[in-house]
Amino acid sequence: MRKVSRLSHFNIASLALGLAFLYLPILILVIYSFNASRLVTVWGGWSLRWYHEFFNDRAMIEAAWMSLRVAVSSATIATLLGTLAAVALSRGERFRGRTLFSGMLYAPLVMPEVITGLSLLLLFVALNAERGFWTVTIAHTTLTMCFVAVVVQSRLGSLDRSLEEAAMDLGCNPVRAFVAVTLPLIAPAIVAGWMLAFTLSLDDLVIASFTTGPGSATLPIRIYSEVRLGVKPEINAICTLVIALIAVVIVIASLASKLSSSQGESAAPL
Amino acid sequence: MSSRRIFARPARFAAIVPYVWMVLFFLVPFGFVLKISLSQTAIAQPPYEPVFDLMAGWEVLKAAFAALSIDNFKLLASDDIYVFAYVRSLTVAVTATALLLVIGYPIAYGMARLPKRWQAVAMVLVIVPFWTSFLIRIYAWINILQHDGLLNQILLALHLVSQPVVWLSTDSAMYIGIVYSYLPFMILPLYATLAKMEPMLEEAAGDLGAPPWQVFWLVTFPLSLPGVGAGVLLCFIPIVGEFVIPDLLAGSNSLMIGQTLWLEFFTNKDWPVASAAAIVLLVVLLVPLLLYERLQKRQLEQGR
Repeated sequence: MRKVSRLSHFNIASLALGLAFLYLPILILVIYSFNASRLVTVWGGWSLRWYHEFFNDRAMIEAAWMSLRVAVSSATIATLLGTLAAVALSRGERFRGRTLFSGMLYAPLVMPEVITGLSLLLLFVALNAERGFWTVTIAHTTLTMCFVAVVVQSRLGSLDRSLEEAAMDLGCNPVRAFVAVTLPLIAPAIVAGWMLAFTLSLDDLVIASFTTGPGSATLPIRIYSEVRLGVKPEINAICTLVIALIAVVIVIASLASKLSSSQGESAAPL
Repeated sequence: MSSRRIFARPARFAAIVPYVWMVLFFLVPFGFVLKISLSQTAIAQPPYEPVFDLMAGWEVLKAAFAALSIDNFKLLASDDIYVFAYVRSLTVAVTATALLLVIGYPIAYGMARLPKRWQAVAMVLVIVPFWTSFLIRIYAWINILQHDGLLNQILLALHLVSQPVVWLSTDSAMYIGIVYSYLPFMILPLYATLAKMEPMLEEAAGDLGAPPWQVFWLVTFPLSLPGVGAGVLLCFIPIVGEFVIPDLLAGSNSLMIGQTLWLEFFTNKDWPVASAAAIVLLVVLLVPLLLYERLQKRQLEQGR
């Protein structure tokens, strides 16, 4: 087979411009978060002043803590439920209500957040639930379990099913075959799903605004209300911290998926 | 085959908990939206008249059904603000999706032509911004686009403009924000189909004498249509209901429907009208939503 470089100058230019477009704004934000000047646009030298300001901002810290708790709890529940849903969809063959089930799982992926948020709030009001940590957690779980389900389902779909079958032919019952054979193979996808759910929850403004109660604002809600009033250097610092946290999460997730692909190659070439 | 069937039974049991969860927290809430969209506005907490109470017996139920009103929907259809908001949402979504396709396609095409090893790197680079907060990415653009922001400083330094240009609170700022936020959603499905395409098809067309643009237009583009469809739906549907981007970057003189819904809900406290607006938005999006679901299902369940 002959190997020709099919990469034209146009290809390289569009790639470079595209990636620059995606990354420059974030890079600028991070750099300006270390700006000593109060004026966001004037460079006054390097400084950690705005980080200091953030750590002394009681309300912001509380909001950040609330966001972290919601993200960890909702991502954990969503990973459990989403994995179960993925297993049912990819291994359950046909069952009653399957179309409705998959429909309910795929719709939230693109459903405008204002609709999801409003509908959940009306439910919570009708149930007379006290709005706060748990209502936001339930709302985020509902959204993010769908993402987990898709990530895990696509992994399950690419697995070689004869491995499970072999385990059962060798005398495992289905549950044991799943735990001993399938689960270790999809574990990296489950980890990646948790990370995705975590960052989505940490990021969400609209659904949290609808479903939270007075006095329990999440970090995005607080950032949003500050941003509406204009650019503040402290916000740059907070955003940089969030980006750093997410970067750590991405590194872990990509290590997990690297593990996934090196394990998976023996089972199923993608 | 038989062990497959044995495996399927417990797998079906796995559906029970997520199924109940989704019915309770996704499907049932729409019932409440529908119910409240049909009720009267009230100045109370919660701010709507309850339409019916299922426990209250048949007579009450009958009376309640008689009291259902479509006033909120009539209001939506007659008030220019809402009609304009829907029209504007659809126009913005169509324009932005077209922009995304034009900008995203060359990037995805470039990715698909990279050597295999670099493709994985490029894919991670495109996915990473998707993981970073939506709000933060919009905020980053406010930094750049504001009156004495970086963009104006550069333009002034290059003497391209003599006075700072007003970027914030304009449609161009909003389109920049939308394209920036949704670009990964357009690139990834496009890249997925382009990468799977057999390169020999393009080579054959070239060998047979087709100029490059014709190769692209007659071979590459038609073959990438499934990816185009997925990317377009993945961007179009959420953009129609978008709230944060137009709220922070566009002017406040013409609102999108997500913003009017938000305003009715949080500022005017008119829950019935907000619910009616949500129902209409859902109806508008029903066809694209169903198309998207079919696509998603086919992709995931046939296995790739």
